[in-house]
Amino acid sequence: MVDQNAAPASEATGAGIQPMNMIQALNSAIDVKMAEDPDVLSFGEDAGYFGGVFRVTDKLQQKHGLTRSFDAPISECGIVAAAIGMGAYGLRPVVEIQFADYIYPAYDQIVSEAAKMRYRSGGQFTSPITIRSPYGGGIFGGQTHSQSPESLFTHIAGLKVVIPSNPYDAKGLLTAAIEDDDPVVFFEPKRLYNGPFDGWHEKPVSPWKTQDLAQVPTGKYVEPIGKARVMREGNDVTILAYGTMVWVALAGAEHAGVDAEVIDLRSLVPLDIETIEASVKKTGRCVIVHEAPKTSGFGGELSALVQERCFYHLEAPVARVTGWDTPYPHAFEWEYFPGPQRVADALKSVMTGGR
Amino acid sequence: MNDKNMKKNSQPLSLHVPEPAGRPGDAPDFGHLVLDAAGAVERPEVGAKPYEMRDLAFGLIRVLDDAGEAVGPWNPRLDPETLRRGLKAMILTRAFDDRMHRAHRQGKTSFYMKCTGEEAIAVAQGMLLSREDMGFPTYRQQGLLIARGYPLVDMMNQIYSNAADPIKGRQLPIMYSAKDHGFFTISGNLGTQVPQAVGWAMASAYKGDDKIAISWIGDGATAEGDFHNALTFASVYRAPVILNVVNNQWAISSFMGIAGGLETTFASKAIGYGLPALRVDGNDFLAVWAATQWAEERARSNQGATVIELFTYRGAPHSTSDDPSRYRPGDEHDKWPLGDPIERLRQHLVLIGEWDDDRHAEALKAAVEQVRAAGKEAEAIGTLGQSRPSVKTMFEEVYATEDWRLVEQRREVGV
Repeated sequence: MVDQNAAPASEATGAGIQPMNMIQALNSAIDVKMAEDPDVLSFGEDAGYFGGVFRVTDKLQQKHGLTRSFDAPISECGIVAAAIGMGAYGLRPVVEIQFADYIYPAYDQIVSEAAKMRYRSGGQFTSPITIRSPYGGGIFGGQTHSQSPESLFTHIAGLKVVIPSNPYDAKGLLTAAIEDDDPVVFFEPKRLYNGPFDGWHEKPVSPWKTQDLAQVPTGKYVEPIGKARVMREGNDVTILAYGTMVWVALAGAEHAGVDAEVIDLRSLVPLDIETIEASVKKTGRCVIVHEAPKTSGFGGELSALVQERCFYHLEAPVARVTGWDTPYPHAFEWEYFPGPQRVADALKSVMTGGR
Repeated sequence: MNDKNMKKNSQPLSLHVPEPAGRPGDAPDFGHLVLDAAGAVERPEVGAKPYEMRDLAFGLIRVLDDAGEAVGPWNPRLDPETLRRGLKAMILTRAFDDRMHRAHRQGKTSFYMKCTGEEAIAVAQGMLLSREDMGFPTYRQQGLLIARGYPLVDMMNQIYSNAADPIKGRQLPIMYSAKDHGFFTISGNLGTQVPQAVGWAMASAYKGDDKIAISWIGDGATAEGDFHNALTFASVYRAPVILNVVNNQWAISSFMGIAGGLETTFASKAIGYGLPALRVDGNDFLAVWAATQWAEERARSNQGATVIELFTYRGAPHSTSDDPSRYRPGDEHDKWPLGDPIERLRQHLVLIGEWDDDRHAEALKAAVEQVRAAGKEAEAIGTLGQSRPSVKTMFEEVYATEDWRLVEQRREVGV
């Protein structure tokens, strides 16, 4: 795996580096930005006094005051709409939608309003807001606490869609999202909140502090939105993944014993097409992994892009390993969740099914 | 289970679907309206508690009586010059509407929406508030821009989507955006602007600023969740915002009963949120002014939001795509018991000796001339399809910075 420790240390403007889980890293990102910029504020259901049900905004109210980190009514539409108004005024609100499954009541405000604000007003009004939301499965949340709705947002002109896979990126990318002049939908993989996931649900989870990417600067740093991270270099096949699936992809590659290059996309819009293209042209094969259902999932877009740009370099059809086209089932979570075995199967298939 | 022991319901149920008092061919009937006399409704102190003034949600604040006299506690006692400016802005708004409606009939644009009969609302409120306050309008507040002196030619350029369109051919005609005139970008999705106005107002309060927000929504769109979300947020955070419901009786072809306006008033919907509610004669320039001023004072003194129902009538079709003779009595607007806002203010000014028929005729002529001159200027740039912004602009301002997809797609178009 690429050593991620050297760069952060030199880039950090703060005092030091600490092991953090993803929740702490996200909290640190908002905390640092709030300290730096009085126009940054944070709100959402239970996000103020209590610090959010996942504690991502923990103690921000106590540190920065009641008017800067506060609770909101159970009205996702109202939360996003208020943020849009604040953004139009000139603030940079960071709002929490408690679960991505609850984002649908706010969908119109996100896609018809925030996304279109600059364009439809000829640049007079903008919507520099960040919409944070825990997403994805693996925590036995049933169908209303497990969804991965990212492709519903990648389809919308004007939105950026960012998904980190580790604490270091989570902080750097959230900082970038807050500073971004466009609306950013920031999905946080809740399976990775408290610790890494080695892809195998049967195995005990080791803490983030044992992972290279969990060494997080306490001060400010920015990870640019739109740059993928090569998590594992390889020559035989490219795996494209994001969020929790990055770790499943790594486990799957190891399990299959294939020399796979694993790319963490980190941002779906904008997409780092150069890194994808260079990798697939090098390896000649591509497997795409995501938790969301297969049909019209982001994997379809990735597959089309790879086909459009790398067709004459491909040794095998592009494969997709995804959630099934069913609602997310509570009792069958591990049959639904794309695990390392399915990734390994896909890898073996593209390695043997080529020309 | 023993069937004999099961309880039986005695009667079959029936579904209620409300209907308006008249349909095409019927005589207009406004007999069901309860209209307070001018001057009859009390004016509470600006700091009054919402629970002390619930009656105002069911009354009707009126200042101008049938003779044109300004009476009662809501009389804002405006100076004649302000009244004349208001009258002229309303006349100009109507002249603008008439010309643009004709321009549509002549194929010069794809779409237009008049605000006939509702001119007093946007004009009075636009004049009263500062352009540093932010208005979150619907498509029937063109009077706000006109009252604030926004160039008519820029409005027309937008309507024609021509090369000088301030928003670059991207929006339906009439969906203006004018930040420096306190006019927020209009959305076609109804009601979305109301909670945004609350958010804007919250931001102003958060920053310790002195600006307030004002929004408008039609009676029909109050059925949208956005309206209710906005009232919740406005109440919870005591946002300095004025939330207008323009009850013009019609949402395209659906009468206000379909939006829930028969069982109670739209103003009264504020009561459950703990917000003060005023119900106002929307065709009475002075009443609109006075109620807005009351709400403005309340907002500026950090006492939070006010809901104002502006009771009026949509005289024109919903839009150029609509034919109201298909769903309502043809002469209903003429019989509207609260009259025409321009005629009522004119009558008042004449009564107090500050206006006469000659000056009125002159004002009409001047408005038509001003609109005609702007029209010539805009049409010289081009009407729809004759001229437009560079196609290159189609790919701009989607994001703050262009991403590779847009660069590639722009090249595909060859620009």
